[in-house]
Amino acid sequence: MTASSTGAVVIGASAGALEALSSILPALPGDFASPVLVVVHVPPDRRSVLSELFAAKCRLAVKEAEDKEPICRGTVYFAPPDYHLLVETDKSIALSSDEAVMFSRPSIDVLFETAAEAYGSELTAIVLTGANSDGSLGLKAVLAAGGTALIQDPEKAFASTMPQAAIEACKTGRVMSLEQIANYLRGAIGAS
Amino acid sequence: MTTETPAEKVEDIEIRLLLEALYSRYHYDFRRYAMASIKRRLRQAREQLGFPTFSAMQESLLHDPAWVPRLLSYLTVQVSEMFRDPSYWLAIREKVVPHLRTYPSLKIWIAGCSGGEELYSFAILFREEGLEDRTLFYATDINQDALRTAEAGIFDLDRLQLFTENHRKSGGRSSLSDYYRAAYGRAVFDRTLRRNVVFSDHSLVTDASFGEMHFISCRNVLIYFDRHLQDGALGLFAGSLARKGFLGLGSKESLRFSSHADEFQDFVREEKIYQRSRP
Repeated sequence: MTASSTGAVVIGASAGALEALSSILPALPGDFASPVLVVVHVPPDRRSVLSELFAAKCRLAVKEAEDKEPICRGTVYFAPPDYHLLVETDKSIALSSDEAVMFSRPSIDVLFETAAEAYGSELTAIVLTGANSDGSLGLKAVLAAGGTALIQDPEKAFASTMPQAAIEACKTGRVMSLEQIANYLRGAIGAS
Repeated sequence: MTTETPAEKVEDIEIRLLLEALYSRYHYDFRRYAMASIKRRLRQAREQLGFPTFSAMQESLLHDPAWVPRLLSYLTVQVSEMFRDPSYWLAIREKVVPHLRTYPSLKIWIAGCSGGEELYSFAILFREEGLEDRTLFYATDINQDALRTAEAGIFDLDRLQLFTENHRKSGGRSSLSDYYRAAYGRAVFDRTLRRNVVFSDHSLVTDASFGEMHFISCRNVLIYFDRHLQDGALGLFAGSLARKGFLGLGSKESLRFSSHADEFQDFVREEKIYQRSRP
């Protein structure tokens, strides 16, 4: 693993997340040039199988995010259950047990807003399937900081509310199918 | 390369100066807290307290101490749960309590006790295990409003379903409803649970050790510190523990990066319960 790269990819997903992420994360090369930080709305119990599950499917390194660890390219970090996942401006991970934001902890908005501050125009943020509107405010912050916003086509999403809300909040977000998102990441960011 | 707009930079300067003002004037030191989270909380405070800028907030703060508790309520208050992470409490009950039984008297420190959820969890668990009478609890926080809330022992009734479920999963030997009475939508906890509790204003950043503890529980407080502050607090804990005393941290906190790591050993690894190993 190399030290922190300049850019990053952040992904937020809720209902239907497992399937949607399965079309994106395993499609990325093992030497993908950015880190990928993921918030999935999961129940607050202590253990989540997400990182183990995707570690088995992906060529990238996959782990549950730990407080204060430096963010490395070619690694997927999942937010742990019941904690917010934040990015510090020195490109390290911070966890917090601050109140839930819009009933969610981890919150997609919290990840996106702090990542936007740390990575600015070098950030690609992706809102996937979900049955609430978490992620919309965060995506706006990403665009305001000069980053790129990708939104799963709500017509094809398992749950359309979240991508639909993101589209309404971010007119300049690019609406794509899961396959297009995976292709975009391979093309625009690619291998290191 | 990151693009920083001038507006962002100004805000960063303002936040640094605000925290400096809060420290110089009132000795509350948030200067080395983890910034991503502090910034979010400060922005929320600025909006809800109605200041156009952090500079404006700083001016009011410097000249009117009445703003201090209002700002602190944003910077410090943690919403916790009784018996949060039931497996932590089960591990205390099954693995730590047998050791604690061997002492004639016990001191337990709940560091960063916030509104008291964890304190009452300890008091109830110790009563159930028959250790209450030999125990003195120290519940500390830097936020005096939080300490008053903890001392009152009154919680919204709609939180009690979760607390009751947690308590049951923690191996509770009684019913949580034995310890409170419901009134006007609130649960008022038995005042006798507080008879061995000392509530005290104490900062893990600027204050010193105050005794030989047998168990220190400090959960989800250190994640808000930067590494330097974390290390200082862990040094304070190491210096405040009796030989073979215990330290419990939050489920996502660890001693791994600390210079004090070798003063502790894993006791219940998966629950982040450590034991003081070196005198």
